[in-house]
Amino acid sequence: MESHAALTSETATIMNADSAANSLSKRRRPGETLIQGFLFLCGVISILTTIGIVYELGKEALLFFRTDGVTLTEFFTSTKWQPAIGDFGIWPLVTATLMTSAIAMLVALPLGLATAVYLSEYASDKTRSILKPILEVLAGIPTVVYGYFALTFMTPLLRSIFGDGVVQIFNTASAGIVVGILIIPLVSSMSEDALHAVPNSLRQAAFGLGATKLETALKVVVPAALSGITAAFVVAISRAVGETMIVAIAAGAGPKFTFNPFESAETMTGHIVRISGGDLSYDSVDYNSIFAIGLLLFFMTLSLNMLSRRIVTRFREVYE
Amino acid sequence: MSHYPEGDALLAQINGRHRRGAIWRTLFLSATIIAVLVLIALLYNVVNSAFGLTAVENKVDPASLAVDGVPLEELSKEQLVNILAAHISTGLGRRLERDQLFFETQTVFEDPALFNELCASAEPPAACALPARSQEDVYRLVLERVVEPNVVQTWSLADSVLHRSAVLAQAQQEFPDAEISFRSWLTPAFITTPQSSEPELAGVRTAILGSLWVIAITIAFSFPIGVGAAIYLEEYAQPNRINSLIQTNINNLAGVPSIIYGMLGLAIFVRVMEGFTSGAALGLMDDSTTANGRTILSAGLTLGLLILPIIIINAQEAIRAVPGSLRQASLGLGATKWQTIWHHVLPNALPGILTGAILSMSRAIGETAPLVVVGASTFITVDPSGPFSKFTVLPIQIYQWTSRPQAEFRNIAAAAILVLLVLLLTLNATAVYLRNRYSTRMA
Repeated sequence: MESHAALTSETATIMNADSAANSLSKRRRPGETLIQGFLFLCGVISILTTIGIVYELGKEALLFFRTDGVTLTEFFTSTKWQPAIGDFGIWPLVTATLMTSAIAMLVALPLGLATAVYLSEYASDKTRSILKPILEVLAGIPTVVYGYFALTFMTPLLRSIFGDGVVQIFNTASAGIVVGILIIPLVSSMSEDALHAVPNSLRQAAFGLGATKLETALKVVVPAALSGITAAFVVAISRAVGETMIVAIAAGAGPKFTFNPFESAETMTGHIVRISGGDLSYDSVDYNSIFAIGLLLFFMTLSLNMLSRRIVTRFREVYE
Repeated sequence: MSHYPEGDALLAQINGRHRRGAIWRTLFLSATIIAVLVLIALLYNVVNSAFGLTAVENKVDPASLAVDGVPLEELSKEQLVNILAAHISTGLGRRLERDQLFFETQTVFEDPALFNELCASAEPPAACALPARSQEDVYRLVLERVVEPNVVQTWSLADSVLHRSAVLAQAQQEFPDAEISFRSWLTPAFITTPQSSEPELAGVRTAILGSLWVIAITIAFSFPIGVGAAIYLEEYAQPNRINSLIQTNINNLAGVPSIIYGMLGLAIFVRVMEGFTSGAALGLMDDSTTANGRTILSAGLTLGLLILPIIIINAQEAIRAVPGSLRQASLGLGATKWQTIWHHVLPNALPGILTGAILSMSRAIGETAPLVVVGASTFITVDPSGPFSKFTVLPIQIYQWTSRPQAEFRNIAAAAILVLLVLLLTLNATAVYLRNRYSTRMA
């Protein structure tokens, strides 16, 4: 009897413990919820940043378009940007931006892709381990240093090649070439990742059919990685469009509607830096105008980045 | 039915294909080598300007200022003040004295009674609150105001070494009065002296301190928030619309040009939150400045927003790399979700998180454009005293010096670039060290 009673009490204890365990797992933990809430807020800050960018740029841009004498039509059609006499046509700034970006892509596209192909298809492990860190160093150098390089090295170089009379001290060619150098590491590392993702069986198959290394690389591997490479180019264009310090230092001050790469011209970013670097009063048209330019720049880079992501997801070849 | 070549034609075709392969291989290799050459050219270009021969003309020969054979830099403060008093106008002397006194107890240029009166007035000059100038400080003033060294020409390092005799002959002919010497623009004094309008006396002290202040605020703001957001996205977030919106949004923010962040900072931190960022709301407004929200705090927060997406993406990768078995083991032993994250996931992800944070920090240190927009000061000689001071940073200083037409400013810009590159190198080396150290310990 006694032992039986002891047994039941023991069972009861176990059962009690069991139910306690149940309640433990179901217990409300305000600390945990609080932490989760805080972490969620951290994530939300990024959304607030985007809203802040769109709201603030939009608000000031709206003020700009409400100013007397400024119209949307003029903004998008006129080829003169002279705030002093009330001319607000965005084209001189846009053409300068497009010119530096185009020159940059002419430099970065072939060099970046060739570097990627070499590193991924040809280089031995040892060569890779030397070359990759060098590219990373290039990518880590601040853009203001590249600006100095453009002004004190690239411009004199261009002038000695083409003549002082042809090349102005500030010119879009020099700025564009250096922007291209700046984005070589970006193009090459993104393209190399894409080339690397191509499965080895494809290369083996090509070799087995008698293709040379070059034929394998250019006719099999590169086409297979094309979506990733294209995405890299699009991101690189967006980077070139948004690049600021190099063009601010080397491309010149003063908006000019020109397609001559050896003349000075001011890009959108260069203009924003020059205007905001001076004494700026918050109620002036100048202040509002840089936000309108900024908004356009934001949408240009945003659509390029979204396009790049779309290319990757839409056209990616998936290999089993 | 296509015709395939046979015999000699086949051999010729194969040889041709191999030759093409070799040519292209060389092209690919040379593209890679171009990247290396550019890096070398960039460094050569900077070093070439940071050192070299200079021709300096002094308005007053410093040797003639020596007293009883003691050279200028070893004179006592009193002797230096006497030299200063003998050479500069009383008006300039008064101005210097109002900036900072020469002696604790007496005035040199200013009428003592008037000075006391000024100190008691509503807007006392800076000197009333500051200690007296040091010997070093007065020596600098003598150099700046009396000796007035003027660099008439500089030569690059390559010219100075390779064509030394030609350069010297040319200098003798063109500047007979000038003193020609080999000069390193990067000296200990360059790092410890504040900004000056004379390139040969200018330094980067205020810029270095400004950079350190700004970066400290940037990291204090973005590291906790960035890691928090990464934990949320990796450990808590259910795949629903708002969370995928957050993720897409972060990826897009990482591609926004830095200058846009500068404009956001100008609109939000400088204008809307001026009361907070200028310190006025906390009663901490720095009296000696009229920063109006264009402060270290605004700059730090702006850069914080800029590197936030980079920190989040890196931290996410580090957290994702922690094996799921670790989490399940911890949860299986009865740990709560947060205990699992805090005690097991985070320590294992830490090397990756830290590396990402340091790399984004070096990105922030080199950023120039957003800080120009936020409103870095063009000329300050006073050390920043806190988050509510006006600021300048190293890249801004480089930008301003590069934009000047005079050659000497290019030289000090090059010296400042070397300082910046060494700073970045140190940071990146720390990142590599941390990564190696912690990853071996965890393994």
